[in-house]
Amino acid sequence: MAALSDQLLVVAILGYLLAMIIHAAEYAFGNRGLVGRVATRPERELALVGAGAAAGATPDAAGPGAEPPAGGGVDGAPPARRPAASKTALVGRVAVALTVIAAAVHLAVLVTRGIAAERMPWGNMYEYVLTATFIGSVVWLGLLHRRPSIRHLGLFVTLTMVILLAVAGLVLYVPIVPLMPALNSYWFIVHVSAAALASGLLQLGAVPAVMYLIRHGYDQGKRSFPYTLGARVPAADTLERLTFRLHAFAFPIWTFAVMAGAVWAEAAWGRYWGWDPKETWAFVSWVVYAGYLHARATPSVRRPVTIWIALVGCLTMQMNLYGVNIFFEGLHSYAGLD
Amino acid sequence: MPAPNEQTVAEPTVVEAADTPGRPPRRTPSPLALLRNSWRQLTSMRTALILLFLLAVAAVPGSLLPQRDVNIDDVDGFRREHPDLFPILDRLGGFDVYASPWFAAIYLLLFTSLVGCIVPRLRDHVRALRAVPPAAPRRLDRLPRHAVLSGHDGDLTAIAAMLRRRRWRVVVRDGEVAAEKGHLKETGNLLFHLSLVGVLLGVALGASYGWHGNRLLIAGPDQAFCNTVQQFSESKLGQRVDDGDLPRFCLELTDFEATFLPSGQPESFRARVRVEPWGRAAYPASFSVNDPLRLDGANVYLLGHGYAPVLRYTDRHGRSQVSVQAFLSVDGNLTSEGAAFFPDVNIDPATGSRDPNLQVAFEGLYFPTTPEDGPAIRSVHPEERAPGLFLRAYRGNLGLDAGIPGSVYAIDQRQVANGRLKQVGDGKLLRPGESWTLDDGTTLEFLGTRKYITLTVRHDPGEPVVLASAALLLVGLMPALFVRRRRVWFRVVPAPAGASTTGRSSLVEVGGLPRTDYPGFAEEFDQLVAAATVPPVLRKEETN
Repeated sequence: MAALSDQLLVVAILGYLLAMIIHAAEYAFGNRGLVGRVATRPERELALVGAGAAAGATPDAAGPGAEPPAGGGVDGAPPARRPAASKTALVGRVAVALTVIAAAVHLAVLVTRGIAAERMPWGNMYEYVLTATFIGSVVWLGLLHRRPSIRHLGLFVTLTMVILLAVAGLVLYVPIVPLMPALNSYWFIVHVSAAALASGLLQLGAVPAVMYLIRHGYDQGKRSFPYTLGARVPAADTLERLTFRLHAFAFPIWTFAVMAGAVWAEAAWGRYWGWDPKETWAFVSWVVYAGYLHARATPSVRRPVTIWIALVGCLTMQMNLYGVNIFFEGLHSYAGLD
Repeated sequence: MPAPNEQTVAEPTVVEAADTPGRPPRRTPSPLALLRNSWRQLTSMRTALILLFLLAVAAVPGSLLPQRDVNIDDVDGFRREHPDLFPILDRLGGFDVYASPWFAAIYLLLFTSLVGCIVPRLRDHVRALRAVPPAAPRRLDRLPRHAVLSGHDGDLTAIAAMLRRRRWRVVVRDGEVAAEKGHLKETGNLLFHLSLVGVLLGVALGASYGWHGNRLLIAGPDQAFCNTVQQFSESKLGQRVDDGDLPRFCLELTDFEATFLPSGQPESFRARVRVEPWGRAAYPASFSVNDPLRLDGANVYLLGHGYAPVLRYTDRHGRSQVSVQAFLSVDGNLTSEGAAFFPDVNIDPATGSRDPNLQVAFEGLYFPTTPEDGPAIRSVHPEERAPGLFLRAYRGNLGLDAGIPGSVYAIDQRQVANGRLKQVGDGKLLRPGESWTLDDGTTLEFLGTRKYITLTVRHDPGEPVVLASAALLLVGLMPALFVRRRRVWFRVVPAPAGASTTGRSSLVEVGGLPRTDYPGFAEEFDQLVAAATVPPVLRKEETN
């Protein structure tokens, strides 16, 4: 079962990789007919943007050819009805389908690992990263289902997946062992699942945040390298809103994860808060994300600034996951790495 | 500090007032005005944001530098490795970051700013809760959502009832219904921020009235300890606590069970103890990691465990003494290092005088599982499968009489360096039951080991306050983030002349205003409009 889990991981990585390549293909070749199609179908584009982002999303016909052609084929109608967009849409759908398959295999990796270990597969850093990325993957697919116009972000999501899973498999991998006594508590399930869910969401939230910065720069007329990507990502407003909603959703979960950790720490170590490196960085992340939410609510703070704050928060999360586990000695030394 | 709102919201807050540049030309700044301006600055959102980030940044050094409260040994290690840097960092509070004045300054300023911001908002919110929804704007068609119901009977009470059923705050005025919903957002927002103050108060309570002590407890009735400050190897009492406040009880470790995997990874721990509360009968109890021993006024937590070799030394005069000394584990397989001291041996029975240069000590390593081949350097498993004790013998002046506090886990190397303490012979590996005869005919017998645990006894009266505040914080956070404020108005307008001759029908104009970022408002608005239309099934005409 353990070996099966390890093999499935390779399959999952390959699945995401293939999805990424196809997304990239769509990205590169689907563009050819873009300008013409948009020019001939401006109303449809508008309607789709409006539908996607409901009230208030300023339909951004402002950027010529701005909205991805993706919208054309993915709003539920069979591609055959719109032959012009069908080929690109089909490619995009294949990529999404592959992502779904990869996510299913990803789930199987976790399930088989859990069965082999006879416990929740959250006992060390390898398993934790697998779980957090799986959550990110599922949330991404959920978002995609509700808002097909963001499909072009799939390239970056799958890229992140491939990188994180490869790091997990190559660097963080440890054989299955039962939990250490300190982890043997029902708080393990509560605390770790909340933390993994929140980190998954917050990491996913960084994707539209980066896209927003690119798109924003593009809208301001920047045409140097990263900004050129802005031509094919959703409207800045949509991205910004998506970033906020992901963060607003994740923040209470993160808060709960930290609190559950504190309750557990009281039982395990005798104090609810002790400035262990993990705790310190969880606190730093919490404060930074609280800052993001406040900054967004303050009209005088410009939107790119708030987005940068969210990205700083993401960096602190990475620091907590990788930096603290690898470089610091602390009570949370469960990574299983030497 | 307001909760996340959409920027389109025109809610006047203290924050915005303070952020607005270009106040009227100043008069001569009086101290009062200066004070008021500083207060405004402090309670402004910009300042709060900056303080938040300072707080985040200030917390970082605490994870980079060793902290006294977390691990005092690491601090000492840092002092040895960086003798030049240490005093500077120490003066800056680098090893007590979370107790340092600058860290306190940041969070106290932040909380002052927070209180200064939420108190006026609390007042405004109470006022808003008691106020009725405001009158409709003159032109409802300028609002983000707008619809016109034609052929309505003009009876607004049904509409008002429908809105009340949907838990809107409704007021019926002359020819119009004004309704508002979503005050819970601000309620949650204020609750969230007040809970933060509660958390801080709980922490302060714990710092003032809490205490803790750490010690090592070897199994056996002769090693039992009682809960007094003197019996802890390390303890910290809150400012408002003294020795007498500690609950009195005694604790004896009767047994300690640990199970391990073949790899040596621990699987489970359980410490069995005999608790004797002051003036009451003793009773057995057990505790473990994740399952502390909760006593009246104190909790006992299991931190670690190890082995204490039992050694019997028989001196030149045939008198023997037994030492039970815990050896501290240095790795996961419980390779342990320590020392046993026999300062009061070789006393001449005739004169009763002690020769300070005939004191004896042993120092070395204990291996619960000694490797079968190769040199005994480290244990290969944490269970006692093949116990071995490697010791070096020392004779001379142990330096214990100088009154300088020294380690009980190592001999004083200064005494060795200055020649007052000399090693006797080579080291020797002893198995349980084996004895070792030194060059002067004295013998050391390795009787076996006892188990020991390290534990912390702790009491923190702030915990319930922090927990309750944290729970409220989470409760407040949800509506603060997810509830949306919005308003709708229904107004009867005279039907256009000639449109209706029955006299029973008139036009009802509806306007909706989301006051926070609310992508789903259009749907909710449409539902309301549909619900208002239902009684007389009529056609609705919608714009926008």
